Amino acid sequence: MNAPDNFPTPVIDALNAPYWDALGQGHLSYQHCKTCSNSWLPARSECPGCLDTNWCWQTASGDARLVSWVVYHRAFDPAFQERLPYNVAIVELDEGPRLISNIVGLDTKKDIGSQLRIDQPLQLAIRHEHGVAIPAFVIKAVQ
Amino acid sequence: MRGQVVIAGIGQTEFGNLPGRSTYSLNAEAVRHALNDAGIPKDRVDGLFVKFPTSRFEFMYGQKLAETLGIVPRIGGVWDQGGAANASMVGYAAMAIAAGQCDVAVVTFADNPKSGTRQAYDKAWGHDQIYGWFGIPAGYAMIAQRHMGQYGTTAEQLGAISVTCRTNGARNPRAQLQKPLTLADYMDSPMIVEPLRRDDCCLVSDGGAAVVLTSAEFARREGLDKTVPILGFGQGQTSWEVAQRPDLTTTAAKASAETAFAMAGLAPRDVDVAQIYDCFTITALMSLEDYGFCKPGQGGDFCASGAIALDGELPINTSGGLLSETGMPGMQLIIEGVRQMRGDAANQVSGARTCAISNQGGVMHTHATLILGQ
Repeated sequence: MNAPDNFPTPVIDALNAPYWDALGQGHLSYQHCKTCSNSWLPARSECPGCLDTNWCWQTASGDARLVSWVVYHRAFDPAFQERLPYNVAIVELDEGPRLISNIVGLDTKKDIGSQLRIDQPLQLAIRHEHGVAIPAFVIKAVQ
Repeated sequence: MRGQVVIAGIGQTEFGNLPGRSTYSLNAEAVRHALNDAGIPKDRVDGLFVKFPTSRFEFMYGQKLAETLGIVPRIGGVWDQGGAANASMVGYAAMAIAAGQCDVAVVTFADNPKSGTRQAYDKAWGHDQIYGWFGIPAGYAMIAQRHMGQYGTTAEQLGAISVTCRTNGARNPRAQLQKPLTLADYMDSPMIVEPLRRDDCCLVSDGGAAVVLTSAEFARREGLDKTVPILGFGQGQTSWEVAQRPDLTTTAAKASAETAFAMAGLAPRDVDVAQIYDCFTITALMSLEDYGFCKPGQGGDFCASGAIALDGELPINTSGGLLSETGMPGMQLIIEGVRQMRGDAANQVSGARTCAISNQGGVMHTHATLILGQ
């Protein structure tokens, strides 16, 4: 992990390593329970639905929707000062799991909020942050 | 349980910036005032329920405080429910009294995030800090954004809550911020985490506040004359991260209020005045919906209609709430509820006979409700 300037990085352990490894290979994965068919993120050792350990990692389609978002106008950590204003979003994958992420590819000349609406369809766009592959999402083009 | 336990005394320190005061000292002052107010000698106290200082966790805080207070409790505890803890501890203390576990319980809280550390409020959210996901305000902003998108709630409607609380706080000589706010001032206040502005966010305050509980029977026997009966109490909790909640626009407030109203044998329409936790404006707006004071999605219209003002159908946060009186998490709302029922509040609602109080913690993770009567 190369993370200069004290930029925050995820703490990777034996349980969540497959998640971060998959992102490094260009895939977003989630845990799926083979006993009760529940799907979830972030990584847990037991299924939060049935408490079984009979789960596997599956690859997400990358299709998702925007549950909600915020725009930071104040940096709560100095590492994000230069990025202001920036968005953070709650994203729900079509397979069910939810995660915190960022919406990318927005028009920087326009107000961020004017370009987003709840339940908007999104598409996965993995990006690299200080050497770490992380999930981001773009607004899905209208078909 | 309705009316079986009473709040016999209330006490508080000054609210604001109190450098050099430890939380033990602030608790001791609040408890001294509360016991004096109740007219109960300290050696009768055998229950001690404590919310630890939010800004700095300490191991065995309750026992350290018991030593400071010179109290040897038979029962007690330190509750970890964020801002719901004070009202929920009143419920636990009431159950302990009713179950014969103690006769007189002190419920107390103090913190000094303004002159001391406020690190707990700015921390990152686990792994997600790499996305820039930091701080408590952002969790509430996520919920507010969803509510706005789903129901058309507007900034002006959130602002109506700020204006109401600041109007009430300006008329409360105990309030930390006695400066009224107009809707134009509110709209001009800077964005912190959009859609929340500075004036959507509560104060940061040092201070302490305490209440003394006992049974109605003890109060009669001892001739205590300022008691306020607890008609109902309840709690609701969720364990999930904000991102993991299936529905962002309803909260644990709903279950909490239903339990409390059922115990009291009352409905929302029976409430004359309410103290609604307002760490952020959206918290108060959604609590009003979840309590049934208005329908889901109509909290914005309800607040903007003037219903929550002192002369409205349901005056809220009559001492200024967290937005104006003190940012302390919740005990001040309980104390103001007691004053309203005694009839000696700074902004007394005339003829008020029933008061609902909401406390909530985390980012709407925990909720507790009290219903007080006369």
